[in-house]
Amino acid sequence: MKILVCISKSPDTTSKIAFTDGNKQFDENGVQYIVNPYDEWYALVRGLELKETLGGTLTIVTVGNAADEAIIRKALAIGADDAVRIDMEPKDAFNVAMQIAEYAKSNAFDLILTGKETINYNGSQVAGMIAEALDLPLVSLATKLDVNGSTATMEREIVGGVQVVEANLPLVVSCAKGMAEQRIPNMRGIMAARTKPLTVVAPAAIDELTSYVEYGLPAAKSAVKMIDPNNMDELVALLHNEAKVI
Amino acid sequence: MNILVYINTSNALAKSALEVVTYASKIGGNITVVATGAADDATLAKLGEYGAQKVLVDRSASAEDAQQITRLIAKAADTTGAELIIFSHDLVAKAVAPRLSVRLKAGLISGAVDVPNTANGFVVKVNVFSGKAYGQVAVTSAKKIISLLPNSFQPAATGAACGVEAFDGAVGAAAIKVVETKKPEGAIPLPEAELVVSAGRGMKGPENWGMVEDLASALGAATACSRPVADIGWRPHHEHVGQTGVAIRPNLYIAAGISGAIQHLAGVNGSKVIVVINTDPEAPFFKAADYGVVGDAFDVLPKFTEAVKKFRASQH
Ligand SMILES: Cc1cc2nc3c(=O)[nH]c(=O)nc-3n(C[C@H](O)[C@H](O)[C@H](O)COP(=O)(O)OP(=O)(O)OC[C@H]3O[C@@H](n4cnc5c(N)ncnc54)[C@H](O)[C@@H]3O)c2cc1C
Ligand SMILES: Nc1ncnc2c1ncn2[C@@H]1O[C@H](COP(=O)(O)O)[C@@H](O)[C@H]1O
Repeated sequence: MKILVCISKSPDTTSKIAFTDGNKQFDENGVQYIVNPYDEWYALVRGLELKETLGGTLTIVTVGNAADEAIIRKALAIGADDAVRIDMEPKDAFNVAMQIAEYAKSNAFDLILTGKETINYNGSQVAGMIAEALDLPLVSLATKLDVNGSTATMEREIVGGVQVVEANLPLVVSCAKGMAEQRIPNMRGIMAARTKPLTVVAPAAIDELTSYVEYGLPAAKSAVKMIDPNNMDELVALLHNEAKVI
Repeated sequence: MNILVYINTSNALAKSALEVVTYASKIGGNITVVATGAADDATLAKLGEYGAQKVLVDRSASAEDAQQITRLIAKAADTTGAELIIFSHDLVAKAVAPRLSVRLKAGLISGAVDVPNTANGFVVKVNVFSGKAYGQVAVTSAKKIISLLPNSFQPAATGAACGVEAFDGAVGAAAIKVVETKKPEGAIPLPEAELVVSAGRGMKGPENWGMVEDLASALGAATACSRPVADIGWRPHHEHVGQTGVAIRPNLYIAAGISGAIQHLAGVNGSKVIVVINTDPEAPFFKAADYGVVGDAFDVLPKFTEAVKKFRASQH
């Protein structure tokens, strides 16, 4: 089985969010980049578990520049066999997805896994766009994934519950919590990652359809109103009369 | 502008369906709704009150299969000459809208919280960085798709019922087979809940959740929890809210025994009003709260529940 896992970077979840250049750029000052948690914890680790039980290879792909090789090495240390970096500053989801689809077209993967969303842009766009470009089925926000021969069985969230679904390979799956447990790379993995193949490919000429023109921070909350723990009637009255939510 | 709004229905119209039609009418133009699901014609006709001019319905398409829905909407967009297609940013839209974006080469804006600004191009405000910031996204393609964050617009009925027509979406075969659907009976789905009572590790153990559920049921609220609580198995995974769990924006979020870590806040900071109950006056959650109670949840929750019951009784 040939598995492709799409890896993106995201700012560490505790990063201070600020903007520069007249609110046009994310302020990277002091920001640590990590592998997007959904990609690392769920897509990559479940992909590795499937590879370990069923045999095959697991390739990671990232659309990013040379600085992103740190997150690629981390994913290799966790266990991916090889990596591909499509050499460009990632633009909008459409461009990223089309770059990945172009690469995947010539490589016949059985399973393409992505994270549920990137935690900076929260778009949940890339997986569906890859699937459409390759004319493959997509199971989005899967929380379980098993493969038996040429059929994959998944559990996914639906509004107000969960659903078990089946689809034939090849298939695109976006991975959410529940699919696997985080793996911490060990020393041997970290050493091995240094010599695993990392291919850099030139990007294809593809348009963008959207771009961020400005950012901002939400208006600051007004100070919290403290309520005496022995006066819950007052809290209920405030929620009714002042906040008007009950 | 010709606008197409997609909704999926069960028997009734979800609040999110009314929100997206209201949103389309705020933008203004010829609004057609394309609907899937079980709702009957009389129910669908009510969408006219929120601004729809016409509803096209294909009950043969299953919302489970993103390819089928994509074909259906692409055909409806072609038939109506739609330049803008609008979704509610729910689980179906997260699978379908990106596919449609590629098929129509239409720029997609996910998680919109405001109507487009067309003063200089086409720019829409969205939530980014898990609600810690917002962004303004410009779309450059001729056709455009917006996926609206739920609970950003209140439904407003102003007009009269509209016509409903059967539509053959030529959806083709489904590639995804549904084996089983599990929906807990009666429970309010978290992403749709307007009131949410949530609790964390401060509750000490799953046996103490009765008082959380009592408050939720007195309010008619859904229940949620912090990540460690779901990870250790005190509560089911689907209740986990935050950066790596469900993101919610209810009108009221009550958090008991939750410290307010930044990753937790990322999933709940869109709530209109936040109430925090914590023994530690220094708990970071108080900084994000509208109302705070420094106290023991074991003592405060039952009192809160009593006060809610008393208030509800006085309303009748
Ligand atoms: C990459 C990443 C992603 C994460 N994603 C999420 C996420 O999506 N959601 C999430 O929730 N967390 C997430 N976390 C974890 C997060 O950092 C916190 O560890 C977690 O939210 C803490 O949960 P808690 O508040 O329930 O527990 P604690 O931090 O242990 O807090 C318990 C609180 O209860 C209070 N307390 C104790 N006893 C009582 C009492 N009797 N009455 C009232 N109050 C009491 C304490 O004062 C304390 O404030 C993530 C972490 C990382 C690194
Ligand atoms: N620059 C990128 N390179 C590779 N994969 C990416 C990139 N950006 C996003 N992805 C993948 O697409 C998923 C969804 O991203 P998004 O649509 O931006 O929320 C992520 O979890 C990744 O798996």
